[in-house]
Amino acid sequence: MHEKMNAKMEAREINFYYGAVRALKNINMSITGNTVTAIIGPSGCGKSTFIRLLNRMHELVAGSRVEGHVYLDGKDILDPTIDAVDVRRSVGMVFQKPNPFPKTIFENISYGLTVNNVRDKDYIEAKVVESLKKAALWDEVKDRLKDNALRLSGGQQQRLCIARCLAVGPEVLLFDEPCASLDPISTGKIEELMLELKKNYTIVIVTHNMQQAARVSDTTGFFLMGELIEFGKTQDIFTAPKNKQTEAYITGRFG
Amino acid sequence: MKKRFSQRIGFGILWLCMAATLFFLGSIIYFIVVRGAGVFSWQFLTDVPRKSMTAGGVAPAIAGTVYLTMGAMVFALPLGIACAIYLNEYSPRGFIVNIIRMSINNLAGVPSVVFGLFGLALFVKSFKFGVSILSGSLTLGILVLPLIISAAQEALMAVPQSLREASLALGATHWQTIKRIVLPNALSGILTGAILSIGRIAGETAPILFTAATFYNRGFPKSIFDEAMALPYHIYALMTEGTHPDQQTAIAYGCALILLLLVLAISASAIIIRQRQRRFHA
Repeated sequence: MHEKMNAKMEAREINFYYGAVRALKNINMSITGNTVTAIIGPSGCGKSTFIRLLNRMHELVAGSRVEGHVYLDGKDILDPTIDAVDVRRSVGMVFQKPNPFPKTIFENISYGLTVNNVRDKDYIEAKVVESLKKAALWDEVKDRLKDNALRLSGGQQQRLCIARCLAVGPEVLLFDEPCASLDPISTGKIEELMLELKKNYTIVIVTHNMQQAARVSDTTGFFLMGELIEFGKTQDIFTAPKNKQTEAYITGRFG
Repeated sequence: MKKRFSQRIGFGILWLCMAATLFFLGSIIYFIVVRGAGVFSWQFLTDVPRKSMTAGGVAPAIAGTVYLTMGAMVFALPLGIACAIYLNEYSPRGFIVNIIRMSINNLAGVPSVVFGLFGLALFVKSFKFGVSILSGSLTLGILVLPLIISAAQEALMAVPQSLREASLALGATHWQTIKRIVLPNALSGILTGAILSIGRIAGETAPILFTAATFYNRGFPKSIFDEAMALPYHIYALMTEGTHPDQQTAIAYGCALILLLLVLAISASAIIIRQRQRRFHA
C-alpha cells in the first residue's frame, strides 16, 4: 500500500468537490515524518482545501465531498468509521488568523486537555507549562497566565495557538498560512519555532511567502488549479524546477 | 453655492424628522408622567384596589404582570435558545431550514390577539388550564418565542467561526464546542435579547385578555391556576368599565407610568449587561 516506509501521512488519489466544483484533482502526496512540507500556489489553487482534509476540518463545509484516502501511520483517517475527533487530536491545526479563545492564557492551553477528559490538575498544569515552553512563549507569559489571552500581541497569540495545539499531544501539525497576519519579527519567531518543532513533530505548512517556504521546508508541493503540479525537495523546486508553471510561479511571473 | 444649499436643505429635513420623533416620544412620556404622577404613592404601589377601583393601589396588577412575564420567560427562554442552537449550529443549511426561519419570522408578525385566541383554544379549553396565570404565561411565551429565537440566533452568529474551528481542531466534539465556546460567547447577546423581549411582553394586553386577566382581584393570586390582574389589562379595564371615570382615568395613567418605568428599567439593565460584556472582550 505504501511506497515509502517512513511516510507519516500519505494522500492517495484525492478528489475534492464543493458542490459540483472539483477543487482537488487526483492528488497524491506522501509526507515524511519529522520534516516540514510546504504547500505553495496562487490563491484558490486548493492548498487550504488540501491541508484541511488532513485533519478532516473539510467536514465543516456543507456540500463538500471527498474521494480517496489519507493515511496517518497507515490508517485511513477519511474512513467514515473513524471519529474526526480522534483524528484532530493526532493532527493539530494552526490557522491563518490567531484565534485564541476569549479566556485566560491558562484556560486556552488547558482547553484541549479538558475536552479530552483529562481531569488531573497537576498533570494539566505541567502540560500547560510544557506546551508554553515548547512554543517559546513561556518567558513572556509566565507571570500572567490568568490574563485574558486577547491582550497578547498578534505574534504572541499565534504562538499561544501553537502551544494550545501542542498540549493535546499531536503527532502532525498543520499550519494554514500562520504568518499571514504577522509582522516580520513575529514571523521570524514562528519560523524558528517550526524548525525546532520538526524534531518531534511532522509539519505541513501552507504559505504564500516563497522565501518562507524556502527557509523552513524540506519538501515543497506546488498546487495549481486543484492539481499538484510538482512535489519534491525544496532545494530542487526552488533551484531547478522541472515544470514550467512551477518556475513561473516561484520566480514571481504569476500568482 | 448650489451644492451647499441643497446639502443644507437635506440636513434640515433629516433634523426635522429626528426632532419630530423626539417630540412624540417626549410628549408621550411627559403626558404619562404628568397625568400619572398625581396618584403615585407608596400605597398605590403596595395596596389592593379599594372602593370599586377608585382608591387604594394596584399591587395585584403589578404582581400579576411580574408573574405572567416571568412565567412566559421560564417557558420561552430555554425553548427559544435550544431552537436557536439547533437552527444555527446543528441543522444542515438548506431549503428546509430556510423555510423554518421564514416561518419563525412570520410568527413574529402574527397579531397578538390571534395568539390570545390560540391560547384560549389550546391552553384554556383543550388543556383545561382555565383562565389562569399558567395559560397566560404560555400564550405570552409563544408570542415571544420568535423574538427570543431570532435574538439568540443573531448572538450565535456573532460568535466568530474561527473560534468554533479552533475548538474542533483541538479534538473537542461539536457539543463541547457549543457548550464551552459558542454559548459563553453568545450569552450576553442572548440575555440582552431576552431582556428586551421581557419589556415587550410586559405590556402585551391582547394575549392575556382571554387567557389570564381579570379586572378585579381581592388579593394576590395564590397559584398558577388562578386568574390574575395585570397592568396593561387593568389600564384597558379602567378606561372602559366601571362607574367613576374621573378617578379611574387618573389611576389608569398611574398604571401606565408604572408600566413605562418597568420597561425602561428592563431595557436599562439590558444595556448595562451589554456594556459589561463589551468591556471584558476589549
